Amino acid sequence: MANIAATAAPSTDTAATLPTRLAKGFVDRLVIIVPYLWLLFFFLVPFIIVFKISLSQTAIAMPPYTPVLDFTDGISGFFTGFRELNFDNYTWLTQDALYFNAYVTSLIIAGISTILTLIVGYPIAYGMARAPATIRPTLLMLVILPFWTSFLIRVYAWIGILKPEGLLNQLLMSLHVISQPLVILNTYTAIFIGIVYSYLPFMVLPLYSSLEKMDYSLVEAAQDLGCPQTSAFWKITFPLSLPGVVAGCLLVFIPAVGEFVIPDLLGGSQTLMIGKTLWNEFFSNRDWPVSSAVAVILLLVLTIPIMFFQQAQARAQEQGK
Amino acid sequence: MIRKALWLSATSAFLTLFTINGHAEDRVVNVYNWSDYIDSSIIDDFTKKTGIKVVYDTFDSNEILETKLLAGGSGYDVVVPTANFLARQIQAGVFQKLDKSKLPNLSNMWDVISERTAKYDPGNEYSVNYMWGTVGLGYNVKKVQAALGTDKVDSWDVFFNPDKLAKLKDCGVYVLDSPADIIPATLKYLGLDPNSTSPDDISKAQEALLKVRPYIRKFHSSEYINALANGDICLAIGWSGDVFQARNRAEEAKQGVEIGYSVPKEGAQMWFDQMAIPADAPHTADALEFINYMMTPEVIAKSSNYVLYANGNKASQQFIDKAILEDPSVYPDEETTKKLYTVAPYDPKTQRLITRTWTKIVTGQ
Repeated sequence: MANIAATAAPSTDTAATLPTRLAKGFVDRLVIIVPYLWLLFFFLVPFIIVFKISLSQTAIAMPPYTPVLDFTDGISGFFTGFRELNFDNYTWLTQDALYFNAYVTSLIIAGISTILTLIVGYPIAYGMARAPATIRPTLLMLVILPFWTSFLIRVYAWIGILKPEGLLNQLLMSLHVISQPLVILNTYTAIFIGIVYSYLPFMVLPLYSSLEKMDYSLVEAAQDLGCPQTSAFWKITFPLSLPGVVAGCLLVFIPAVGEFVIPDLLGGSQTLMIGKTLWNEFFSNRDWPVSSAVAVILLLVLTIPIMFFQQAQARAQEQGK
Repeated sequence: MIRKALWLSATSAFLTLFTINGHAEDRVVNVYNWSDYIDSSIIDDFTKKTGIKVVYDTFDSNEILETKLLAGGSGYDVVVPTANFLARQIQAGVFQKLDKSKLPNLSNMWDVISERTAKYDPGNEYSVNYMWGTVGLGYNVKKVQAALGTDKVDSWDVFFNPDKLAKLKDCGVYVLDSPADIIPATLKYLGLDPNSTSPDDISKAQEALLKVRPYIRKFHSSEYINALANGDICLAIGWSGDVFQARNRAEEAKQGVEIGYSVPKEGAQMWFDQMAIPADAPHTADALEFINYMMTPEVIAKSSNYVLYANGNKASQQFIDKAILEDPSVYPDEETTKKLYTVAPYDPKTQRLITRTWTKIVTGQ
C-alpha cells in the first residue's frame, strides 16, 4: 500500500481517486481469478491425475495400478518413472472395435436426444417469453420445480409409466387405442424419452433468456410490412435466439454423451454407451488405467470440436461487425 | 449487561466444544453391508447391549465395494464382500488379520462352511462367514406351467435349451448382470469345469449364451426381485435369497403370483458373503465386537429368519424357523450339497476376457 501511495502522490489531480481505482482494479482481477482457480482445482488438477493414471499399468494393490512419476524416490526415481510412461492403454482402445462403437453410439444417441429436446423445448420457451410478464415467474418456477425431486426418482417414475403393465399402456388400452401393450421400456425410445425429460430445463432456460431479451417490435415491424408470421419467425425470432439455441444444445448434448443412469434404468441390455463401457473397465475389470484412457479420449472427443465451433463462431461474429 | 451476554455465549461455545469432544469418544462402528441384508432390530439390540453406535450403510454390487476399498480410506470398520472378491482383496492388502482372541463366538461356526471359505481365505484369517447361498432358477409357477406344460423346473436345460427358453420369451426372462455367476453356470451345463480359464471353454460358453440371448429381456442384478414378485417376468437366474424375498413379497401382495426357486440338478454355484475388517479401519476393537456379536447363535438366526439365507453358524440352527431350516433350497440336503461348486477368483487376464465375453453376450458387440 505504501508503494501505491508513493507512486500516486506526484499526479496531484488524481491523487484522491487513484488508490480507489487501483483497489477497484484489484477487485476486478480477483473476480476473474476466482473462476480460474476454480477451473484449476476442479478441472485441471483432476484431469492431470486421470491422465497420469491412464499412463500406468494395473496391479493387485491399493490403489490398483502401478505408481508412475512418483516423487518419493527423488529426481532420479522421477526420471526412471518418466521412461516407464507408456501409451499402451491408448493403443489398446484402437485394437477392439468395442470402444469406437461405444463412442459413436453415445454421440448418436446424444445428438438425436438434443434435437428432440430442442423441438420440445423451443415452443415452451417461446410460450414463456411471450406470456404476460405477471405470470412469467410462475412459469419459470414450473420449469425449475422438477429439480426439487431427486433425478433418480424421476427416472424411476418413468419405469412405472412405460413398462408393459404401466400407466401409459393401461391408459391406451382402456381407451382402445391399442390392443397389445407397447414395448417401450428397455428400448432406445425409452432412453430418448428419459433424456429429453431430464434435460428439458437445461434447454428451456437459455432459450427463454434469449427469447425474453428479444425486441418483439422487430417482428411487429416485419408483419406491418407484410411478412407472413412463419417467415417472420424464421427470419427474425429464430436467428436472434441462436445464442440460446447453441447454449441449450451444448448443455444437453455434453452430459447426454456420458449419460449412465438413464440408459441403465430405461434402456435395454443391448445399449452400448461410453458411460457403461467406462463403468465396466473401472468396476468389472478393475482396470483403472484403461478406464482413465477411455475418459481422457471422451474429454477430447467432446472439447476439441466444441473449441473449433466456438472459434468459428467468434470469427463469424467479428466478420459480422 | 452486554459483557455478561458475551461471557455467557463464550461459555456456551466452550461447552459445545467440550460436548463435541465428548461425542467423539463415543464408540462407533461403521458397517457397510449389502442392501436388504439384515433385520434392523439386530443393530438396535447391539447398540443397547454394548453402547457402540452403528453407522450402517449399504451397497448392491461387489464392484462398488471393491472400488471403495481399493481406493483406500473408506472409513468402514466392517465390510461384507463375497468370497471370490475377498480373496483378491486380501492379496491387494485391503484387510487386517482378525484377532481371534477377541472372537470367542468363533466356536459356534459350522465346519462345512468354514472348510469351503478357507479356499478363498486360507485359515479363515481375515474373515467370518455372514450368509451363504446358491445361484439358481427363480420362476413364476403358473406362467411356466402355461408356457411349458410343466411346473417342474429342476434343470439348467429350461434356460440353456433355446427351444424351451423361446417359449418363455414373451412372459419375460431376466439374468443376473454378473459374468462371475453366469459363465461358470454355463460351463457346468456344458459339462466343463466351472472354474475353467481356458479361452476355448469360455468361447464355448459364449456360444451357448448367444444362442439363448434373443429370448432374454434384461441382464440386471436386482430388478428381478420386484419383476418376479409383480408377475412381470416368468424366469430369472438369481441369488437364492433374492428369489425368496420375491416369493414373500408376492405372497404379501396377494395377486395370485406364486414364485418357485430351484437348485438345478446339474449343480449350482455356492457363494459366501464374508465379514472382514479393512486394514485402515478407524475402530478395529468395536468392529471385532460387532463381528463377535453377529456370531451369537440367536442373533444370526434372527438375521437368517429375516433375509432367508442360510448362515455359516452351526449353533444358530436350533433358533432358525423350521420352514427355512428344512427347505432344501435354503439348506440343501447332502445329495444336493455334493453337486454345489465354488468358483475361484479370476486373474486379471482372464477377468478381461470374461468381461469382454460378457459385453459381447449382453450387447451383441
